[in-house]
Amino acid sequence: MPIVEIAFYLFGGVLIGSALSVVTVGNPIYAVLFLVLSFFSAACIWMLMQAEFLAIVLVLVYVGAVMVLFLFVVMMLDVNVNPVKEGFARYLPVGLLVALGMAAQMFMVIWTRGLQEQVLPMAKPQGYSHTTAVGEVLYSTYLYAFEIAAVILLVAIIAAIALTHRRRPETKYQDPSQQVRIKRSERVRLVKMDAEGEES
Amino acid sequence: MLTLAHFLSLGAALFCISVAGIFLNRKNVLILLMCIELMLLAVNMNFVAFSHFLDHIDGQVFVFFILTVAAAEAAIGLAILVVLFRNRRTISVEELADLKG
Repeated sequence: MPIVEIAFYLFGGVLIGSALSVVTVGNPIYAVLFLVLSFFSAACIWMLMQAEFLAIVLVLVYVGAVMVLFLFVVMMLDVNVNPVKEGFARYLPVGLLVALGMAAQMFMVIWTRGLQEQVLPMAKPQGYSHTTAVGEVLYSTYLYAFEIAAVILLVAIIAAIALTHRRRPETKYQDPSQQVRIKRSERVRLVKMDAEGEES
Repeated sequence: MLTLAHFLSLGAALFCISVAGIFLNRKNVLILLMCIELMLLAVNMNFVAFSHFLDHIDGQVFVFFILTVAAAEAAIGLAILVVLFRNRRTISVEELADLKG
């Protein structure tokens, strides 16, 4: 068995196992940690398929940013963990039925259409970089889509801030425009008073 | 010998697991969001596999865009979840039935 195949089954097994744990574990913190594990093994499998740029992006963006965001929210929400399992047994039959039905259909399509005879393309020459190839296509053919993706991220930032921002009346803060607009007469009061005589 | 069918099967299994997860977790919207992330991962797996085996780089570019949109979706979804919890003190799916006709 070649090393690539061993790695595929190892990382694929970890991926499936951790994905199963995500949907069954119940406790959201454990679910987030298992999701991190599944993203990490998915990145390893993408590395096997020579998509090194996307594997690194998956680890950086997902494990580094999105999953940390999930962890923050899980810890902020203070969800009661105990009743999470309720309804699990009630929906188990229909969930299993739908999932297994879909799985059967997908596997029938995958394994009967000759996809397993798809030959690997010729090996790339030494020094070929998929990252360079992705960048060349991304900044030429898909430049417009790339800019739209940037706008989507901007909209997401604004939407997230606008949704969660709230003004609390009890907090004290400075208003710089008001500070700048202040006039001398509003702050300083000149009082006219007689000079005090020298004590004799 | 690893073939395209192996990688597609992995993606299909992942997708079905996350569909089952959406049915099973009725108490926590957070885990539903995680299941959606897993689904997108399964789709991305298929894209990368096709890109590798058909020797076409466009599949990887599509995965890049899907990752972008998924990150935006996660950010907005979690923001909505925080506001929801602030107003209702619960994130259970069964108690969030206000739109029921």
